[in-house]
Amino acid sequence: MKSLLKPSIFVLSAAPFLLITYKIFFNKLGPEPVKEITHFTGEWTLIFICLTLSMSPLKRFTSFIFWIKIRRMLGLFVFFYATLHLLTYVVIDYRLDWNQITDDVIKKKYVFVGFAAWLLLIPLAITSSQKMITLLKQNWKRLHRLIYAIAILGSLHFIWLSKTIYFKPLIYFIIITILLILRVNFKNIFNR
Amino acid sequence: MKKFKYSEITPESIFKNRRKFIKNLGLSASSLFFGQNLITSANANTKKENMKLTEYRYVTTYNNYYEFGTGKSDPVERSQKFETKPWDIIIDGEVENPITISMEEITQMFPSEERIYKLRCVEGWSMIIPWLGFPLNKLLKKVSPTNKAKFVKFTSILDPEQMIGQRFPILDWPYKEGLRIDEAMHDLTILVTGLYGKKLPNQNGAPLRLMVPWKYGFKSSKAIVNIKLVEKMPISSWMKASPNEYGFYSNVNPGVSHPRWSQATERVIGEGIISPRIPTTMFNGYGDEVASLYDGMDLKKYF
Ligand code: HEM
Repeated sequence: MKSLLKPSIFVLSAAPFLLITYKIFFNKLGPEPVKEITHFTGEWTLIFICLTLSMSPLKRFTSFIFWIKIRRMLGLFVFFYATLHLLTYVVIDYRLDWNQITDDVIKKKYVFVGFAAWLLLIPLAITSSQKMITLLKQNWKRLHRLIYAIAILGSLHFIWLSKTIYFKPLIYFIIITILLILRVNFKNIFNR
Repeated sequence: MKKFKYSEITPESIFKNRRKFIKNLGLSASSLFFGQNLITSANANTKKENMKLTEYRYVTTYNNYYEFGTGKSDPVERSQKFETKPWDIIIDGEVENPITISMEEITQMFPSEERIYKLRCVEGWSMIIPWLGFPLNKLLKKVSPTNKAKFVKFTSILDPEQMIGQRFPILDWPYKEGLRIDEAMHDLTILVTGLYGKKLPNQNGAPLRLMVPWKYGFKSSKAIVNIKLVEKMPISSWMKASPNEYGFYSNVNPGVSHPRWSQATERVIGEGIISPRIPTTMFNGYGDEVASLYDGMDLKKYF
């Protein structure tokens, strides 16, 4: 039973990818298919960021070690969806038109922070193996705190790309803020 | 300027339907305006496939109409019960004869003609739509603007009961837009009462909306209740929301990019993921007709 849990989480995490693949092949993306893919992969990246950040608070509140066991897998799905999202933009939307892409990255602050978030994900993905954990020891933990910065950048990206007051970006912003606040060790602060 | 006949850019089936429609109305084809505005020199190189009319189902289900919500499908889903009868439009301000005119009177006084225009949204997509309407200048001439009338301010309906989006401070409701008087008097500027040979659907701005083809789509107000001629430049709802992103003029201009969307290219609605973006043209391709309105103006400054 327990051994099935992790594979099921894997399949569930891959489900959005299967769904968008199905939609692409069966032409179910509506009038603006490229935008639909961009938005879909972007939103799932953010959802997986939130899920990844929820694991250690969940462990604290429930004292199940299970949450920590799936944390790394969820983190890798963040990278997976973020990369699909980036590839949609670079390959499908802008057809490797590097002039326009670099122009966007430099001039549009929402693309800039999105790109920065993706870059920061790379070292985390590379060092996600068990071997790297043993190799880097305490530094691994320090390095992987980058996910906090990634979460903030991802949330800013969503706020800045929205045209007017949207509810969704603010909801994600609030969720991420709460998840980050849960990490502040208040005991330490007040006991000082 | 290269001229295309409607038949050249219309899918056969739709064209046939249109002929039937014309017959039903008892109009002669020559009384219709054959989309001569669609293609200008800048666009002439683009392949003809790009001139296809956007399918009716996309024109009527993919809309930006924040009064009904910010999602693209919100307008079609939430506007079907919107009451457009009775509907009066007040035309006042710097005019000699201010009037209040009903939609019935408008349709009687101003026979509609068909105009195929390209609609370019500031978000970087475009559609090609066969509108039914009449030049705004015909209506404005009826009220005789005074020489103080330098601008025209359009106000859309305020009705939060029926328009759920207006219950939230997304924009400064009611929706306000404006044109300079010469832009408003230009022959390409039309008031729209229908599309695809049908009555204007609610989600597209029924019963009366504006269409200014060389400007980004948000300049073309929907569900208009007041047209006021004024001396000072009106502040539009979008200018108020974000003055450094939305200027008063908002002419389609590939050289001035919006902080969020590159304006150099656009996606054609209804094309699959295989089709590339197409280059955006100055004044949305209507430069031959309208560029002279802006002679000597720095359009980077007056965006
Ligand atoms: C960790 C990294 C990232 C996250 C969490 C993220 C998240 C998102 C989200 C949530 C959306 C909006 C989805 C919606 O409206 O439903 C979005 C849209 C978008 N993202 Fe990202 N993104 C990331 C990285 C990037 C990168 C690297 C690029 C490009 C270089 C990029 C380009 C875009 C574009 C072009 C849009 C659509 C904007 C529009 O609608 O006009 N994103 N992203």
